[in-house]
Amino acid sequence: MQSPSLSHKDVSFLEGRAYDLRRKLLLLTGKIGGAHIGGSFSMMDILVVLYHRFLRVDPQNPRDPERDIFVLSKGHGAVGYCLVLADMGFFPEKDLDQFNQTGSRFGVHPDRHKIPGVDASTGSLGHGLSLSVGYALAKRHLKRQQRVFCLISDGELCEGSTWEAFLAGAHFKLGNLYVIVDFNKMTQDGSLAETMNMEPVRKKLESFNWSVREIDGHNINQIVEILENLPEPKENTPTVILAHTVKGKGVPWMENTSVWHYGGLDEEKEKQALADLAHYYGRNGK
Amino acid sequence: MSSTKEFIVDGKGLTWTVDTLDQLTQAEIYGKVLTDMARVRPDIVVCCADLLKSTKLREFQRTFPQRVFNFGISEQNMMSAAAGMSLEGLHPFVSTFGVFASMRACEQVRTDVVYQGTRVKIIATHSGLSFGQAGTTHHCTEDLAIMRSFARMTVIVPADSFETAQVIRALVDHEGPAYVRLGRGFEFPAYESDQFEFKIGKANKIKEGDALTVIACGVGVEGAKEAAESLEFDEGISIRVLDMHTIKPLDREAVQKAARETKRIITVEEHNIIGGLGSAVAEVLAEEGVSVRFKRLGIPDTFCQIGYPEDLYKVYGIDSDGIIKAVQEMLKV
Ligand SMILES: Cc1ncc(C[n+]2csc(CCOP(=O)(O)OP(=O)(O)O)c2C)c(N)n1
Repeated sequence: MQSPSLSHKDVSFLEGRAYDLRRKLLLLTGKIGGAHIGGSFSMMDILVVLYHRFLRVDPQNPRDPERDIFVLSKGHGAVGYCLVLADMGFFPEKDLDQFNQTGSRFGVHPDRHKIPGVDASTGSLGHGLSLSVGYALAKRHLKRQQRVFCLISDGELCEGSTWEAFLAGAHFKLGNLYVIVDFNKMTQDGSLAETMNMEPVRKKLESFNWSVREIDGHNINQIVEILENLPEPKENTPTVILAHTVKGKGVPWMENTSVWHYGGLDEEKEKQALADLAHYYGRNGK
Repeated sequence: MSSTKEFIVDGKGLTWTVDTLDQLTQAEIYGKVLTDMARVRPDIVVCCADLLKSTKLREFQRTFPQRVFNFGISEQNMMSAAAGMSLEGLHPFVSTFGVFASMRACEQVRTDVVYQGTRVKIIATHSGLSFGQAGTTHHCTEDLAIMRSFARMTVIVPADSFETAQVIRALVDHEGPAYVRLGRGFEFPAYESDQFEFKIGKANKIKEGDALTVIACGVGVEGAKEAAESLEFDEGISIRVLDMHTIKPLDREAVQKAARETKRIITVEEHNIIGGLGSAVAEVLAEEGVSVRFKRLGIPDTFCQIGYPEDLYKVYGIDSDGIIKAVQEMLKV
């Protein structure tokens, strides 16, 4: 279903950004020696839609107290996240050539002291949701109307702290807190089901008294629609969106595997990945 | 020998993944030795938290799939569960990154692994600045101070993979708990093989000398060795190098001897200068009332910058150049 406010032009713009940023990520991986490709690709479409259409943030004033908050709890997605921030104009994209390099602002995980637009220094999994609960509580307390978004990985559901935060979100009635789970069913050692069975995820979240929604996290229309129809921040129930995604989405041989969780590409593999990605987007070689 | 930078060849990098990394480093030695020991010790089991591959335990898993317990990303849960397994008679070797083993699961280590009276062995990888590119969330420069403060805990920092092999063999017969701090496996080796005498709590003299003693642990040992060799060759200065692999219990005798015989001591560690090897050595010196010239090389009580480990060792002066400079300065006065 197409969201009423979304034209075909909008969809192809957003898809174009997602394609372009995935492409740039592959090029950057070749350049810097290695990157978290799998988890960056699984959340890319969500981030593109969130930043280009929904988050009220100002690249010229990244610490504006009246901004929406976004916490990337799965900090290892920094490479994908930073490409989106650069795309929004928080800093020049060229700066990302320094990713991972000595003395750089950009490490494997994002640092709020170093990167404009980053609201939390993450990378130790299972912290982001608690930080977001704090942000949301403070916004409430200070009577600020903006919203707090937090993107967590499904692997983070293994951390007890994540569930403590889910408890607190409902207990404090944080309707201004919106969590997106990048539900790619993969972790670092293999599939989530094999590593630590998490099902039934939806039921667990519902029993924690959150409003639970499910979408295909690669369908631009669905992402827009769900974000357009989120409850108002003054409501009493926090929302969690289970976004069904595919680790490594866009390059078939990187999809649905933990192998490309983190890796490097030589010239030949890079070329092949770029060609396969272009093919996936129906853009032969462009 | 690999170094992290070898992966960075602009546009012509290596193709590698989390699945192949252990073949590129000497880190696999740890997993191999543990697998060998497990063949004769059926009570050895492995616990991990979604970092089985990164902590180089794939060979163990291939060999003994029934003896690997992956808890997913739940380090606190894993640590206390390992304690329970030990209380029931198993000998768990627990692996995750140092920052999570020592800080995320800190109280679980103190109260369950140590106080309950277990023989859990914590093998913490990616410690120090060995994953320097990953930023502050993955820098681990406080663990020695934390672990050293737990009563009954043994704390070991091998100089390289060869010494790691020795440590693992020794720990199999070690009754109490232990924290072993490893890097990422890219370290330049300080030893030529794993065939040397090793005893927990007994420093290894890497080089004899009388002008000054460098007491080092971890990657500092190779740096100190290199520094000592070039000082001897270039300037005729003869310094002693001690590999103080066991931070606790510390080899007090070796420290006293160094103080008496060389009158000058420099410590080198990939750790905050507060609370680690330098502090442990300083405590001995102060209590013994020996007066020496003394300097701690390490992280100067700061969060570190982002970067490749070998670059960061240079930035913080714990590589051979930094050690040479510190030695020269101390000998000047
Ligand atoms: C507390 C903590 N434990 C372990 C790690 C190491 N680690 C980084 S990513 C990852 C798992 C990746 O799987 P998932 O969290 O599901 O992320 P995604 O598949 O979306 O990339 C692990 C174990 C970490 N960063 N933090």
